[in-house]
Amino acid sequence: MRRRASRREFLVAAGGAAAGIGLGSVIAVAPARATPEAMREAIRKVVGSARIGTGRVKLELPPLSENGNTVPLAVSVESPMTAADHVKAIHVFTEKNPQPEVVSFRLGPRAGRASVATRIRLADTQTVVAIGEMSDGSFWSASASVVVTLAACLEEA
Amino acid sequence: MANALVNVPARARRGDVIEIKTLVSHPMETGYRRSQLGVSIPRDIIRLFVCTYNGTEVFRAELHPAIAANPFIVFSTVATESGTIAFHWTGDNGFTATESAAILVE
Repeated sequence: MRRRASRREFLVAAGGAAAGIGLGSVIAVAPARATPEAMREAIRKVVGSARIGTGRVKLELPPLSENGNTVPLAVSVESPMTAADHVKAIHVFTEKNPQPEVVSFRLGPRAGRASVATRIRLADTQTVVAIGEMSDGSFWSASASVVVTLAACLEEA
Repeated sequence: MANALVNVPARARRGDVIEIKTLVSHPMETGYRRSQLGVSIPRDIIRLFVCTYNGTEVFRAELHPAIAANPFIVFSTVATESGTIAFHWTGDNGFTATESAAILVE
């Protein structure tokens, strides 16, 4: 009993010392994933200084995804899709993937309907943002949160 | 040579909006994964997908590593005239794939 107690005491003391050292030198390593700030920056790069309205864009994602390696995504934008008024592009961004950009679809009046679908990877439970770029220069957005059980990008090959 | 699958209606009425589904086999290696030895696996993805309708571009998608392996893209276009709808994928390490489908518009 005496031996065990002293061993525990030693471990507690050693742990405390290690924690002290850790606190003293906070490791400054760039995160291996994008952050919500990185996503906002990536969005700004596409949008510029324009204001982003909410609405008109419909983003469909499952609320819960068992496998982050392939998550079905569908985006549609309300638009008459005429030469004068159409959707020029649909951009998709994520908050916590290693890179915020996911995909940019370029459409035009010949698309007939602003509706696209694909399958994406999600590295974590996070919010996905879709932005519709209109021919009049306005931007509209929609977001959806997905709970991911098995994350993409992390497993070893 | 990569395998590509496209689904285009064989015939359509002029002015109809048709839905096109495309699938191409590609691992879409993100460049963020490591092998069991800890060596970083270089990125190998498809960067660009372009669809042309009788030579005119109607749709394009710029892909990033967050697109799942074997990129599946669904989009639509207006059936304007009979002819060929061609699909072209290009990516890292000189990857290219092409596929085309004929459409009869009446």
